[in-house]
Amino acid sequence: MTSISLNVNGRQVSGEAEDRTLLVEFLRTNLGMTGTHVGCDTSQCGACVVHVDGQAVKSCTMLAVQANGSDVTTIEGLASNGTLHPVQKAFHENHGLQCGFCTPGMIMAATDMIRRHGSALDEKTVRQELEGNICRCTGYHNIVKSILAAAAEMGDAQQAAE
Amino acid sequence: MGVEGIGARVARKEDKRFITGKGRYTDDMVVPGMKHAVFVRSPHAHAKIKSIDTSSASAMPGVIGILDGKQLTEDGIGSLICGWAVHSKDGSPMNMGVWRPLAEDTVRYVGDAVLIVVADTGDQARAAAEAVVIDYEELPAVTTALAAMKDGAPQIHPEADHNLIFDWEIGNGADVDAAIANAAHVTNLDVDNNRLVPNAMEPRATLGVYDDSEEHYTCWTTSQNPHVARLVMSAFYNVAPENKLRVIAPDVGGGFGSKIYIYPEEIVCLWASKRTGVPVKWTADRTEAFLTDAHGRDHVSNIKIAFDADNRITALKVDTIANLGAYMSLFSSSVPTYLYATLLSGQYNIANVHANVRTVYTNTTPVDAYRGAGRPEASYLVERAMETAARELGVSPAELRRKNFITQFPHQTPVIMNYDGGDFGASLDAATKAADYDGFPARKAEAAGRGKLRGIGMSCYIEACGIAPSKAVGSLGAGVGLWESAEVRVNAVGTVEVLTGSHSHGQGHETTFAQLVAERLGVGMDTVSIVHGDTDKVQMGMGTYGSRSGAVGMSAVSVALDRVEAKAKKVAAHLLEADESDIIIENGELKVAGTDKSVPWFQMALACYTAHNLPDGMEPGLKESAFFDPTNFSFPAGCYICEVEVDPETGKTEIIQFVAADDFGNIINPMIVEGQVHGGVAQGIGQAMLESCIYDPDTGQLLTASYMDYAMPRADDLPSFDVSTTVTPSPSNPLGIKGCGEAGAIGSPPAVINAITDAIGSNKLEMPASPQAVWAALNAK
Repeated sequence: MTSISLNVNGRQVSGEAEDRTLLVEFLRTNLGMTGTHVGCDTSQCGACVVHVDGQAVKSCTMLAVQANGSDVTTIEGLASNGTLHPVQKAFHENHGLQCGFCTPGMIMAATDMIRRHGSALDEKTVRQELEGNICRCTGYHNIVKSILAAAAEMGDAQQAAE
Repeated sequence: MGVEGIGARVARKEDKRFITGKGRYTDDMVVPGMKHAVFVRSPHAHAKIKSIDTSSASAMPGVIGILDGKQLTEDGIGSLICGWAVHSKDGSPMNMGVWRPLAEDTVRYVGDAVLIVVADTGDQARAAAEAVVIDYEELPAVTTALAAMKDGAPQIHPEADHNLIFDWEIGNGADVDAAIANAAHVTNLDVDNNRLVPNAMEPRATLGVYDDSEEHYTCWTTSQNPHVARLVMSAFYNVAPENKLRVIAPDVGGGFGSKIYIYPEEIVCLWASKRTGVPVKWTADRTEAFLTDAHGRDHVSNIKIAFDADNRITALKVDTIANLGAYMSLFSSSVPTYLYATLLSGQYNIANVHANVRTVYTNTTPVDAYRGAGRPEASYLVERAMETAARELGVSPAELRRKNFITQFPHQTPVIMNYDGGDFGASLDAATKAADYDGFPARKAEAAGRGKLRGIGMSCYIEACGIAPSKAVGSLGAGVGLWESAEVRVNAVGTVEVLTGSHSHGQGHETTFAQLVAERLGVGMDTVSIVHGDTDKVQMGMGTYGSRSGAVGMSAVSVALDRVEAKAKKVAAHLLEADESDIIIENGELKVAGTDKSVPWFQMALACYTAHNLPDGMEPGLKESAFFDPTNFSFPAGCYICEVEVDPETGKTEIIQFVAADDFGNIINPMIVEGQVHGGVAQGIGQAMLESCIYDPDTGQLLTASYMDYAMPRADDLPSFDVSTTVTPSPSNPLGIKGCGEAGAIGSPPAVINAITDAIGSNKLEMPASPQAVWAALNAK
């Protein structure tokens, strides 16, 4: 067991983790934060995507001890003060989810994608970059639409701010 | 239509919890004292269990118990059932083998459960499971239906000689043969329908809790139909009487059929909770899901369609062999029979139809309903054959279909179904227009200039949904009725709770059911809550599958709303001193038509509960329920067109456009319906181009048991879709709804393969049309 301490969604937390404990297990089991999901055993499905120090990471491919000292944002921490993040809002408005199981990973991956590409995102890029996130319900049609809508909105907001 | 009522594109009420990480799925559940289970499964496709040694495993840290099939039998837990009795054509019953929740003597597929290990943590349970020593005597295994039927094939169950479960037929065989003999043209096609894994993104999970003080069990489970699970576990598996067994299916992360069935794990975890005295939770890992979730499809068929000199169909004949896997799953017998062969008339006026279906055991995962369940297999056969026929006859595929469309309703087919309505020409027109079907030759020529092979393919599917009425399915062998129940509770403050036996696992019932209530009672959707998925809350239900929640589930709500409205009008008439026939309900009020007299909805509701001033003899309260049993199946139908480009150098196929024109009858929420079509089409394209479940024929090992090996459709495998609807309301339910959940998966595979075979100019292509398969077909000419 190793004592680890990390900042999750703006709150400092600490706990004991076995060397083999994955970050996703630590979040779900030790911290009881079940918004991050596990959909496969091979780092393919992306249901477990969180942000570690600002970057999208599959939390099933990272050991909890590797996240020691990091800032972690999960789906539970994306909205601020009850206001949905633009990506969450876009998924809602564009019916970008059905069963909701892949959704946390999709939203966290999409947020990172928009951070990297900004409003220049196009459909082809979105589809290519979603390669690591599997959805069985939506056929991706409305997920792609949601991400493009969010990218446009966030780009507009950024322009307005500048 | 209001902004929230029937037909409105309302964003979903349930979204917020899912987009903020507050969804509550079975694996998220934690109860005091909960422990973790791992199943020890057979690594062999077929073997005798000679001995089991758990001594060192039992002594490992954290281990609470390791339980086996003999203990399960001692405690009187029943064998798994098949819920639909199908008889062979000679009248004999199904040759059904025994499926024990934990195998005692023989294992019959890789993944067959043998032991359950319960420990403090999942890691400890896994470690102990690996330390169990089981001595197996390996037996020869067989994985394909054709091989399993041969003389000398390994016999999987003593009950089934040559592994044949039943040999069933439907239709008028002699007339079909005569018509084929006299035909001007016969199209003859061998068609395989590839085995698929449903792959809901949430792996199956269950949490069994036994309370010895009450002798009561609670089962959280990833189920599409918790009431059916309770019924079956109570009546057949002897887990507990229904009043001592609560089944809760909380948020469920997709089903697609795979979560209809009651699997060994639910039964064993409940039983193990009593045996060990602790709550027991099990969650499948993905490979376990590949190995043990019921698979779909896996048919080998031949189809013949006979035409007269005017290109009108005179007969259709099908011979199918269906692989049902190692055991008969809950609805496995109905899928390749009554959900399949009854749809072989397609959208066409055919006087003579006959199908023969043989089902066989193999040493593979059990096969059961997967999105569409039988209807995709029927549609694929008929629509591949129709496109092939058009090519052979040298006529337009669209016009050959149009010429043979059924245009008068009701229409009795020779294979049980009585189509009650539709307009197949309208969806054909809508699809060909959206796809610019007539402009295809110019696009093909343009693509040829770039060295690409462009092809276009069509499919005109029909399906039967609702899976009702109860009397009809009962006469065909179903072990259950296929009605649905609903209860509408109007609270004292006027808010509304709807309790439904339908179960939402992505379909958006919390929104669409609330839209119906908003439309009918004139109240805001925010005052309406939909309750489902808990046998302690909802009295009874048959659950969600077969695109039945709208057509049957919402119809039950509609009937209950009729009763609520009737009582509300009586109360309002009394309060307003008016005649109840003059009362109308709109915008949150009950009004006397043509006057300014009204009473707010909430005040009427309050009056029902204070009961100070109700009509003489009226009971207090405002709560009504209904059990709705439709008068027929519903028949969604449509036309799909796929256009592809093939790179002849690599065989890689790109879908350039995919058009879906569906007739789902009346629609509550077009946004949600479109989403259902998108998802269904994606699964159909997955079947046609990507997905295949492959067993090693010698060892029976599942080679495609992870997302590294099984080609799930990803975002960059798919295009955006062009979806639209035409509307002919269903006459078989009060809402005119036909159902939309499965259509996409039913209509799309033939459209895709018809397009690719058109592009490459060869008809010898099976699914999945991988680049390798397409290249091989192209170069085999």
